[in-house]
Amino acid sequence: MSKILIRGAKVLGGEPQDVLIDGETIAEVGVGLSAEGAQVIEADGQILLPGLVDLHTHLREPGREDSETVLTGTRAAASGGFTAVFAMANTFPVADTAGVVEQVWRLGKESGYCDVQPIGAVTVGLEGKKLAELGAMHESAAGVRVFSDDGKCVDDAVIMRRALEYVKAFDGVVAQHAQEPRLTEGAQMNEGIVSAELGLGGWPAVAEESIIARDVLLAEHVGSRVHICHLSTAGSVEIVRWAKSRGIDVTAEVTPHHLLLTDELVRSYNPVYKVNPPLRTEADVMALREALADGTIDIVATDHAPHPHEDKDCEWGAAAMGMVGLETALSVVQHTMVDTGLLDWEAVADRMSVRPAAIGRLEGHGRPIAAGEPANLTLLDSAYRGVVDPAGFASRSRNTPYEGRELPGRVTHTFLRGRATVVDGNLA
Amino acid sequence: MKRHLISAADLTRDDAVLILDTAEEMARVADRPIKKLPTLRGRTVVNLFFEDSTRTRISFEAAAKRLSADVINFSAKGSSVSKGESLKDTALTLEAMGADAVVIRHGDSGAPHRLATSGWIGGSVVNAGDGTHEHPTQALLDAFTMRRHLAGAADGGPTHHQGPGDGTGRDLEGRRITIVGDILHSRVARSNVHLLTSLGAQVTLVAPPTLVPIGVERWPCEVSYDLDAVLPKSDAVMMLRVQRERMNAAFFPTEREYARRYGLNGDRMARMPEHAIVMHPGPMNRGMEITAEVADSVRCTAVEQVANGVSIRMAVLYLLLGGAVLDSENAPASASTARNEENK
Amino acid sequence: MDANRDVKPAANPTGSARPVLEAPDIARVLTRIAHEIVERAKGADDVVLLGIPTRGVFLARRLAAKLEEITGGKMPVGSLDITMYRDDLRLRPARALARTEIPGDGIDGRLVILVDDVLFSGRTIRAALDALGDIGRPRAVQLAVLVDRGHRELPIRADYVGKNLPTSLRETVKVQLTEEDGRDSVLLGLREPTAADEQ
Repeated sequence: MSKILIRGAKVLGGEPQDVLIDGETIAEVGVGLSAEGAQVIEADGQILLPGLVDLHTHLREPGREDSETVLTGTRAAASGGFTAVFAMANTFPVADTAGVVEQVWRLGKESGYCDVQPIGAVTVGLEGKKLAELGAMHESAAGVRVFSDDGKCVDDAVIMRRALEYVKAFDGVVAQHAQEPRLTEGAQMNEGIVSAELGLGGWPAVAEESIIARDVLLAEHVGSRVHICHLSTAGSVEIVRWAKSRGIDVTAEVTPHHLLLTDELVRSYNPVYKVNPPLRTEADVMALREALADGTIDIVATDHAPHPHEDKDCEWGAAAMGMVGLETALSVVQHTMVDTGLLDWEAVADRMSVRPAAIGRLEGHGRPIAAGEPANLTLLDSAYRGVVDPAGFASRSRNTPYEGRELPGRVTHTFLRGRATVVDGNLA
Repeated sequence: MKRHLISAADLTRDDAVLILDTAEEMARVADRPIKKLPTLRGRTVVNLFFEDSTRTRISFEAAAKRLSADVINFSAKGSSVSKGESLKDTALTLEAMGADAVVIRHGDSGAPHRLATSGWIGGSVVNAGDGTHEHPTQALLDAFTMRRHLAGAADGGPTHHQGPGDGTGRDLEGRRITIVGDILHSRVARSNVHLLTSLGAQVTLVAPPTLVPIGVERWPCEVSYDLDAVLPKSDAVMMLRVQRERMNAAFFPTEREYARRYGLNGDRMARMPEHAIVMHPGPMNRGMEITAEVADSVRCTAVEQVANGVSIRMAVLYLLLGGAVLDSENAPASASTARNEENK
Repeated sequence: MDANRDVKPAANPTGSARPVLEAPDIARVLTRIAHEIVERAKGADDVVLLGIPTRGVFLARRLAAKLEEITGGKMPVGSLDITMYRDDLRLRPARALARTEIPGDGIDGRLVILVDDVLFSGRTIRAALDALGDIGRPRAVQLAVLVDRGHRELPIRADYVGKNLPTSLRETVKVQLTEEDGRDSVLLGLREPTAADEQ
């Protein structure tokens, strides 16, 4: 394999340095490195980050290949600067057996655009009643360590307790979609001032917070770790902060859209803003940003949820919930966290690469940018300003809430183990 | 007037008074030997009903026919539309049939808004009730009924049950309106709060706390849990239909308890001011939110509201369809204005 | 319809318009028309006056008062809004409606005299005849106008004319009445060119 020299990149936002890639690994990091025998990429002050890791992606394959496939989803991921994604289990069939997770894992290997680590379902068919074969999925080629019924909450306290306990045997973690089902029957949007006016069924914050409170107490009781998916309210932040202060082994994620968008957008009744958990209030957005900055929330995860056009080109009540996010995640994080002074680039690398890889026990990702490390890298032109145009997305779906919005930053290069998956902003 | 009627919140005080004044003229047509006007000849009005509501549909149908519009009734229930065919495909079909206006009743809040803003159709959209969001023509007919009774006398005051008066040109400034019942699920309440407030009235909502939406504190109205305290200060009391099924979702314990705490009976009615009226959008649950004694009293305007509904819907259809098609909201007409300004 | 309502203020400033009838002239022609009505209607026993809003209604009331002076009897007077019968509704945004007020005894078998301020294309009167047909069946219908400015587009003529005023299409005729405008006059002006003229 050939050598690549990235010249003049701000490594983790620091002073410009050169990074020499040799084969699959980083050979050298320093100033004034020799370009001999290497292809040179003039970074010219762009930001160099470790390849991003998304702990929460819906790749839709198998079953909903009309909205996304492993191939199109990983192409979207690479475009967004990701080198690894965790694929959620709510496929058709559900990824609740070793067979299905191995199929997804194999499709990921074949795609070549980024690593795909399947997530296994906690319960059979995501029905919350009977534990899936968690151990078999772990022992499969896919080596599953993260389990989630995402899309549905493991609402039965006993099932949740057992799952938390059971996965300790192989250092697994349960990622909870915190949504008390009875409190969210008919829920269409955040319950509050806007839902009262629009007459849309309310999704109260307490439905999320009560489950998080229960689950951190369960995790404490059984001595397990628990991960909270797409935390969306200020109250949830308070509970996680309290749990961490007690030493409970809890981690939490926030999506880019919950860092930027509020329920005021629902006034348009445009289903592109329909998502679960729903867009919340300005106060929630501010609390989430602060929590991500101070580490209460550990990571950013996209909850990339592709849907075909017809599932959004309809009335609000009939529309599917979810937004695509892989290709805009880093831009939204720059806009909401970096350009606001809440995070520096080193911290972005921590929240979007190092810690997601650590929570998912994913080897080879989220590593330092240093000699001998795997060359999983993302180069970002943070000075770029552009209007989001979904027509240019690599994802098969276009359901982005940012269409027409100006966002900063553009991924110019992505390297997966030394091989460029994105070159000059285009998929290789 | 705007191009669509989606929400009562879109109507200014002057818009609302114009609609009520127009309805007053339309009401007079009903007293003539020939109850028909040629105004909308050649225009097509589609009643697109995704929910059963015979009362609302025939009211719109009568209104459109009195204005000589062609009426197509498209009942989505029980047709290919009930599930499967989307609102979009239905809309495209109606557009192909040349609908000038679509009157839509839909179970999803926001469906009329979506129809009006999606670009699926070019005609006007009239919201005939969407989910638990709004029902603006119901609020307009309620306001029309209130104005005739509470501002219909020659001096601008109440008519004291001497039959409806004529409040042309007036609003409801200072009138105290109480709306009682299932506010949470009521599109009628939402539209009325917006419209009555725009017309200068003071609105009080009365309901058990379970049937008041979270977020109501931002509405331009008062909220009370005590019906008896509010009645003596009410010029009109509007009783909303309470569905018995709500009981099963624990919104209130029993019908009996609901009727005792929030139902309007003869004793309670006697505590209202002499001139005050009782309203109900129908259909009434006698014995639940209203007793037969109250429903059948001279103070109850429920039947009159139905008749007024036709006049209001005539007014709305006329104001939306009776002029030039506007390219954008409030765009001035350009074609041969000068010649027509003195079209004598 | 009200000839004034749709004129943009700048398009026809009163200052540049020339009065062709002043208050005393208007009073005089109304008196003359009243006498003509009595003469031609043989005492005006079965006459009903219907003014076309806005200014036709005021003219009808003034005529009724004069007729009552002359005949000593009560003269039924009302209004007939023709908005919803117009043939040009689609050319402009929807218009506000005016009141139709038919006197208590109705119009069946009566001599209805329509009263308007200016007779121009004749389309308003065509609409008024349609509107009348939906209300009842008069014995006969006649038309009284304060000003006939010509340029008819329909086979309609007035039975009683206050003043024949030959005009060009570039001119505007504006009737002002005390009840609506604070003064009585008929003004002849020039209208400003519009986009339609330039096409």
